[in-house]
Amino acid sequence: MTGVETSTPQKRSTNVEPVIRTRGLTKHYGSLTAVDNLDLAVYPGEIFGLLGQNGAGKTTTILMLLGLTEPTSGEARVMGLDPAREPRLVKRRVGYLPDAVGFYGGLTGRQNLRYTARLNGLRGEGAEGAIQDVLVQVGLDDRADDLVETYSRGMRQRLGIADALVKSPDVLILDEPTTAIDPLGVAEILDLLRTLVHERGLAILLSSHLLTQVQSVCDRIGIFAAGRLVGQGTVDELAATFGDGSATLEVGLELVDDAQVARASEVLGGLAGVESVVPPTDGQGAWRLIVRPAAAEAGVRQEVLVAAVEHGLHLTTLRPIVPSLDDIYRSAILRRAA
Amino acid sequence: MSAEARPKPRPRLKPRVRPAPAPVAPSAETARLRDSLPRAGWRVVAAKEFGDHLLSVRFIVLLLVLGLAAAIPLYFAADQIRAAAPQASGAAAVFLALFTLGSEDISILRVDTFVGIVAPLLGLAFAFDAVNGERSEGTLPRLLAQPIHRDDVINGKFAAGMAVIGLVLVSVVVLIAGFGMLRLGIVPHPQEVLRLAGWVAVTFLYVAVWLAFGLLLSVLVRRAATAALIGFGVWLLITIFGELITTLIGGLLAPAADASVDTLLGSYQLQQLITRLLPSTLYGEISVVLLNPSVTQVSTPATIGQLQQAQQQIPTLLSLDQSLLLVWPHVVALVALAVVCFAGAYVSFMRQEVRA
Ligand SMILES: Nc1ncnc2c1ncn2[C@@H]1O[C@H](COP(=O)(O)OP(=O)(O)OP(=O)(O)O)[C@@H](O)[C@H]1O
Ligand SMILES: [Mg+2]
Repeated sequence: MTGVETSTPQKRSTNVEPVIRTRGLTKHYGSLTAVDNLDLAVYPGEIFGLLGQNGAGKTTTILMLLGLTEPTSGEARVMGLDPAREPRLVKRRVGYLPDAVGFYGGLTGRQNLRYTARLNGLRGEGAEGAIQDVLVQVGLDDRADDLVETYSRGMRQRLGIADALVKSPDVLILDEPTTAIDPLGVAEILDLLRTLVHERGLAILLSSHLLTQVQSVCDRIGIFAAGRLVGQGTVDELAATFGDGSATLEVGLELVDDAQVARASEVLGGLAGVESVVPPTDGQGAWRLIVRPAAAEAGVRQEVLVAAVEHGLHLTTLRPIVPSLDDIYRSAILRRAA
Repeated sequence: MSAEARPKPRPRLKPRVRPAPAPVAPSAETARLRDSLPRAGWRVVAAKEFGDHLLSVRFIVLLLVLGLAAAIPLYFAADQIRAAAPQASGAAAVFLALFTLGSEDISILRVDTFVGIVAPLLGLAFAFDAVNGERSEGTLPRLLAQPIHRDDVINGKFAAGMAVIGLVLVSVVVLIAGFGMLRLGIVPHPQEVLRLAGWVAVTFLYVAVWLAFGLLLSVLVRRAATAALIGFGVWLLITIFGELITTLIGGLLAPAADASVDTLLGSYQLQQLITRLLPSTLYGEISVVLLNPSVTQVSTPATIGQLQQAQQQIPTLLSLDQSLLLVWPHVVALVALAVVCFAGAYVSFMRQEVRA
């Protein structure tokens, strides 16, 4: 990715209804509050990632969205339907991959999917075609007629994704979809998810612990801590909330002699909004500009372009360093704990 | 392209307007989906479970065990019937004797007794891992996330169990009857056929009690092996030690030697009441009455008058409806037992958390 890109948060047109929306959703297990007053909105055509420590309440939230467990208070709407009242309609439209998904070992992969199709009221050739399609999509078509007990863990996970897709859902809810899948397989699965979103306008809610994956595939992210959503939005929005208030720009310059290096340092440091300049350590790499406040980053980028032209500096790259989700996540969790 | 190799900041290509955004619950679409929901989810579950049962090892094993339990006593019964045949032409219910006669030396060696012993195992075997098996395999959340009613799962499993049991029972009985007709040349009277059908139905009911009990265990006990062990223990207790225990309790309650006849009768009645708390006793008594038209009473007389009446009674044969009338309370008790077990399983399943 190159270029000059504004990182303004995506503004949603107000007329798009969220496919998943919760208001004050709360679940108690005895004295333990598993999910606390959750307000969540997932829109059609987006992938929403749920992040959080073990026991943060991700699975509990998902179960409530599917009507598999009753909320203590608050309400959930999936496709405008209340999962507690109309669980069957919700379940017909939502494909769900549970964490630690299991299959009937004595049946083949295809037979397992056929059972799911029947439970969704799908039979006959249409169902068989759909089953074959999803098997190809997850890359299991060559093993589809082997017993599931001969499958590896990752193959079961893939079958789980196929199982969630077989009913042609409008919403996909995936609880840790990529655990146990090999790195190349993960990339395939994530690509598949993106394709589904782009081609069919699906909405996907997924929970995961793998931050890199979440960052690479999710449009928006919600960070959970002890049953509460501590942050929600795009990576940029989260960075603005949980970052230290600064942004980083990477500037690549082709500099021939020391005089030019000194000049570059002076020019870059003199720009308004630039707090400090970090020269490349080996003299070859890119310069880093620390911009404060973070919101000034786009303006600084323009200034760098202008300054480079004015001072005859040969610019090779210019891009904002998006903060890694790891840092955001850590600071979100720590801030919550504090 | 691997996820790690991908540059961290992903281009946000998201178009404002998606191709075909998922419609949010428009009523026509909702109505269409409502129609496409499976009408009887329990049947889908039952069909799958039934198929699983038929291909399972336990089905073959139980078919063999029940077959043996019927074949061994049948061998002795056939011997006796053959020996008695010359005098017995015209005797009542020769055909049913196939089921009620056995070895002269070992009274327990009769088809009806043996089936009574093996039947509970049949029920337990097809239910003890019904729900906890799905739990431990991790298939339960997936199953419950499909658009069926939650009770479809437990109803379907119960129905599948009943269907397999019916299949096993009917095939064994048909085999015995066929053997009797072909090898011994006994042709059943219509009355006998009806009695036999009644007996099969009651046996079916008795197995259903155990099936429901097994289902209850499979819901309440998290590990299938533990559930099987508990079920087996209860079966052992009832079939082997049941008589022993009731005798012991009866002994404790026994009146003194010089008690009046009324006290004695009262004490016997009490003992009988205790044994009838056991489903095995209930089934045994029904079984005897249905297979023997000459059995005219199942209860201890309550008064001296009744006792004398019974002793003076001319031996008669009961018609089927008279026999049924005699054991009707027993049948009702068995039905109640099955209903209680199934209701227990049903209610606890409906209230259980999806996650173990
Ligand atoms: N059936 C239950 N009874 C009591 N407490 C429960 C039950 N199920 C979950 N909890 C509690 O609810 C809290 C949230 O659990 P949940 O499974 O939603 O976490 P999670 O975010 O999915 O964690 P993980 O990342 O480990 O999957 C935990 O503290 C857990 O102990
Ligand atoms: Mg979880």
